[in-house]
Amino acid sequence: MRYAVQRLLQAVPVFVATTFLIYAMVWALPGDPILALAGDKPLPENVLQTLRDHYHLNDPLIVQYGLYMAGVFLRGDLGETFTGQKVSELLTDRWTVTAQLAVTAWVFELVVGIGLGVLAALRRGRLADTAVLAGTTFVIAVPVFVVGYTAQILLGLNLGLFPTAGTDEGWPVSYLLPGMVLGSFGLAYVARLTRASVVENLRADYVRTATAKGMRRSRVIGRHALRNSLIPVVTYLGVDFGNLMAGAVVTEGIFNLPGIGQQVFQSIQLQEGPVVVGVTTLLVMIFILANLLVDLLYGVLDPRIRRG
Amino acid sequence: MVDLKASVESAAPGPKARRGERGSLWYDAWLELRGRVVFWISMAILLLACAMAAFPSLFARFGPNDDCNLRMSKKGPGGGALFGYDLQGCDYWSQIVHGTRASVLIGIAVTVFALLIAVLLGLVGGYYGGALDAIIARVTDVFFGIPFVLGATVVLVAFPGHGIWAMTAVLVLLGWTTMTRLMRGQVIAVRDSDYVQAARALGAGDLRIMVKHILPNAIAPVFVVAMLNIGNVISGEATLDYLGVGLQYPDVSWGLQLNVAQSFFAEYPHLLLFPALFLTATVLSFLMLGDVVRDALDPKLR
Repeated sequence: MRYAVQRLLQAVPVFVATTFLIYAMVWALPGDPILALAGDKPLPENVLQTLRDHYHLNDPLIVQYGLYMAGVFLRGDLGETFTGQKVSELLTDRWTVTAQLAVTAWVFELVVGIGLGVLAALRRGRLADTAVLAGTTFVIAVPVFVVGYTAQILLGLNLGLFPTAGTDEGWPVSYLLPGMVLGSFGLAYVARLTRASVVENLRADYVRTATAKGMRRSRVIGRHALRNSLIPVVTYLGVDFGNLMAGAVVTEGIFNLPGIGQQVFQSIQLQEGPVVVGVTTLLVMIFILANLLVDLLYGVLDPRIRRG
Repeated sequence: MVDLKASVESAAPGPKARRGERGSLWYDAWLELRGRVVFWISMAILLLACAMAAFPSLFARFGPNDDCNLRMSKKGPGGGALFGYDLQGCDYWSQIVHGTRASVLIGIAVTVFALLIAVLLGLVGGYYGGALDAIIARVTDVFFGIPFVLGATVVLVAFPGHGIWAMTAVLVLLGWTTMTRLMRGQVIAVRDSDYVQAARALGAGDLRIMVKHILPNAIAPVFVVAMLNIGNVISGEATLDYLGVGLQYPDVSWGLQLNVAQSFFAEYPHLLLFPALFLTATVLSFLMLGDVVRDALDPKLR
């Protein structure tokens, strides 16, 4: 319990500093969003002033940030866009799309990645192992947008196995192919991590002891080796969930999924600061929460960490 | 990660390390590497890529964006053009050769700078511990939490007209954390070893202990991650180019070529295929190199 509280206390300043850094990056970098809003015809000075006051742009950065965060936590208000729309309303539908996509990718990583990793470890040095190692290195090396386009053309268009784009067929059908593309990179990492970890643990003394006691091999692997091997894998999977949410931009673009990635990408280019800050703040929150959960889970899996 | 063999060895020799002598971790690794086919294949591809990056005119028929003929736009391979023509009707082979420099240079430069930061912060934080270490660890956490694509996009959009070095700076800013965390962990793992205490008992100063005793025994896994990192940086840079926020025309890069290809690849697959092939081969070589070096450096696998 003390461990949990300690981790929570550590996470708070990290959250504040990260979100402030993003806030500063969005608002303090060159380019005046209010002037950009007006286009070619300059707005009258008093209108500019009113707009700047409304968005607190005349206050020091730290005050702006404080006001914003107070809004987020006290009122659940992510601010509004320069056209007066609530950022939270703008994002409601898009969140579900990205969350469905990320969950699909994550489950794919988890199931197939760990499966392949364990398979390779048990068949170490044989064909299946070599194939998994070569295949995963290749998947890591090919950029995700090349994987995406190739999969879209081959599996979607030519073979007709999956819908090629859009969300018409709903979850999970429309999300299977994009999920696999988004998860391919992480899958390769999970498989390699699992393999390395299982290989190391299979050599450990406690595995030999368990085998010597006459335990069935499936039980030795499932109960003893795997439990210890999965600790680094769990860490990676936890960190990766945040990455999947934030890294969905490319996949959403290829498969034309109307998620937050596409929205925030457009907003950055249009200098729609409120949307960018709103989305990234939420993403950082998810990321830090996922890390926190992993650390706590870590303590459950490995008592040395909890007591140490 | 601290293997007994390496610790004993570095404890034994005096100030002059027995470099190149049979028995040192790096020499053993080299003996192991020498016999691996994968090592030589990736080295060959990487040497070729570096040669293309350094002296593109030796390989390309034309200069970057030179001798383009719009009438040849998007024509497939054939005639004089091995790889066909790009959207502007430039010889695609020449364009792809010129694109090598951006990827290779950014990949290596980002990793070298990030490695320097990692070694410095990792050594200082891990060795001294205390408040300084806590600050370094938390700052690392802060930067670790920034999503890569979104963070890079925010900075890059704010500074239009950025070139290769601005891209490098942004990628270093977002990419130094992984190696720093690893380095710090490594330093903490070896700092209480017997040979470090022996050195301290003999009166060695902090700097000497860090550089001569801790660094050589802590760096190996970080070095491996650095090699893998080059591949990842190249991939990340290409992704930013592809999204349209990285390098801009008239710069030539594989990512930009893939950005153009995305609208036409269904009818003109060569536009996507060739830059993707070069990009993948380069990234793959760095990853394979990292993998074999890791295996060679890990005595447990021997």
